[in-house]
Amino acid sequence: MFQPDEKGFYGQYGGAYIPEMLIPNIEELKSCYLKIMESESFLSEYKKLFTDFAGRPSPLFKAERLSAKYGANIWLKREDLNHTGSHKLNNTIGQILIAREMGRTRIIAETGAGQHGVATATVCALMNMQCVVYMGETDIERQAPNVARMRMLGAEVRPALSGNRTLKDATNEALRDWIANPTDTFYIIGSVVGPHPYPDMVARLQAIISAEMKQQLKEKCGSELPDYVIACVGGGSNAAGSFYHFIDDASVKLIGAEAAGLGLDSGETAASIARGEPGVIHGSLTYLMQDDDGQIIEPYSISAGLDYPGVGPLHSYLMESGRATYLPVTDKEALEAALELTRMEGIIPALESAHALAILSKLNFKKSDRVVVTVSGRGDKDMKCYMDYFKLTDK
Amino acid sequence: MIMNNNINNALKGQKQITMNRLNKLFQEKKDLLSIYFTAGYPQLNDTMTVLTALQDAGIDFVEIGLPFSDPLADGPVIQQSSNLALKNGMSLNRIFEQLGDMRKTITMPVTFMGYINPVLKFGIEKFVKLCAKTGIDGLIIPDLPFEIYIEKYKELFDDNGISNIFLITPQTPEERVRMLDENSSSFLYMVSSAAVTGAKKGISEVQTDYFRRIKDMKLKTPKVVGFGISDRESYQRVCNYSEGAIIGSAFVKMLGQSQNLKSDIKEFIATIK
Ligand SMILES: Cc1ncc(COP(=O)(O)O)c(C=O)c1O
Repeated sequence: MFQPDEKGFYGQYGGAYIPEMLIPNIEELKSCYLKIMESESFLSEYKKLFTDFAGRPSPLFKAERLSAKYGANIWLKREDLNHTGSHKLNNTIGQILIAREMGRTRIIAETGAGQHGVATATVCALMNMQCVVYMGETDIERQAPNVARMRMLGAEVRPALSGNRTLKDATNEALRDWIANPTDTFYIIGSVVGPHPYPDMVARLQAIISAEMKQQLKEKCGSELPDYVIACVGGGSNAAGSFYHFIDDASVKLIGAEAAGLGLDSGETAASIARGEPGVIHGSLTYLMQDDDGQIIEPYSISAGLDYPGVGPLHSYLMESGRATYLPVTDKEALEAALELTRMEGIIPALESAHALAILSKLNFKKSDRVVVTVSGRGDKDMKCYMDYFKLTDK
Repeated sequence: MIMNNNINNALKGQKQITMNRLNKLFQEKKDLLSIYFTAGYPQLNDTMTVLTALQDAGIDFVEIGLPFSDPLADGPVIQQSSNLALKNGMSLNRIFEQLGDMRKTITMPVTFMGYINPVLKFGIEKFVKLCAKTGIDGLIIPDLPFEIYIEKYKELFDDNGISNIFLITPQTPEERVRMLDENSSSFLYMVSSAAVTGAKKGISEVQTDYFRRIKDMKLKTPKVVGFGISDRESYQRVCNYSEGAIIGSAFVKMLGQSQNLKSDIKEFIATIK
């Protein structure tokens, strides 16, 4: 298992580089998140919501045709079947219980693909809390179905109008909101990013993914350890959750798929590990795409959920220590992998998850290898993009 | 920074004499007026023009904003000025070029306000040394929290006679205010309310309660109030509880609309002081 030190550092990465205005909130959260998460009442409610509300455990599905094609035993961890359509709900269920325990009544969140926004709006409806979601204007357009869902759930969606108007900018606005509303508001961050203790808190909440994988592999294959675990990395929460319980098992190869956009050297990319270097974004020291003057470079990916110039600090650490490997996947490779999964296994994945699937064609497997790919979400929100790209509309 | 202790102390003593414009100012004057403006705004080469005009208009010290792409403690006005300054080509290298001879004419204390990432990328040791060489007196880096500063950079700042300026907010617990006070070498930046930067109308009772609470703590360090101060009235109100005020967004907004920087700056300051 991997955990930061008490100041929130994974090696040199992480920490809490935040303005004084956020210190009281972060200190309070830091002092109570573990206590709350380990309490009886939290654990029992969390388990109940996981099974009865979210529909967990999410299945582990043997993809027979993909297995035949790639010459290995390929298993899919079906986070797309989680309620609201992605792994994001695992995190928001946990954080809203923490927020409630801390007496907060107003919830804010940032969202890229809209999946985290929907997952946050969902738990706010469930817990009767006010919900404001910041979303870049570009993403509001390209992920319209999720905007509608958030609104139906009663959330207010506020457009972020700075930068490229994507996930980074939405996160800036959410942090500014938190600065302006320090007493009643809880910020539910959607990935393993932000100041300590968020990366650790979110990783722990997503760790259910690998905990279930272990048990399911044991039941289905007799051994709880796979040879590969593959997940996409935006901020890196579904990857952190997929890796979490395998960190100490050196035989398990951990692979993260980064969004290369139009290509690593195209200038239009979101591959923060391949094209970044250590820097501070949203309160955390981590790999960051920045120019020679230390200004943050606007990222690009077709996938709104991966369109972020930084990455969770634990991934910077896992990369540097060599424990995990991060590979770039272009828009085109992801789109083709999405169609392949759809036509071969009957599952339409989210564009984000399609990046993880595209890794299958990049690795050389042995026939006996057990490979688990996390399908972090379903593709409903991306239908417009798929229909345009694959020309599925009738003329 | 691995230096013989004697040399180290000698240097510190020397810097006390030469670099202490802020302390001297706080000893000598009250009701200080400070202005924030963004370097390289509205035009790339306006930095020295604005700085000189501010000194001529009679302000007491200045805060020069180092533009950053993602300034998360700033509201829309300063965000926009930062974006434009970056488009104009502003960078840390440029600012040091522009201000290289500043101390030939500028006698008031000058501080920088900027975010940590460009500084880390530039090299923080090189940055602090260049600040000292240029005649910068203090640094305000909102996203460099106290704890990391003390652990990693305090020695560097001290060795170069650069004062690190901490923020306090209405939510800062008393104990922490005391700790920041103990560790301050020039002034404490008192954020006027829970908000990012941006001009607001008036000072509320909740705010004056907070100012009074801090005033009653009888801190050793002078306090200057910033964020949301925009006009003579708010400036005078906060001076009842502090040693001065900083006006940022209201001034930057004026710069953005100005046809004649020199005369507009003079006029703006005349409406405050
Ligand atoms: C389906 C899906 N997968 C992955 C991600 C990327 O987030 P993370 O890297 O935190 O798992 C998102 C984010 O919006 C998403 O919606």
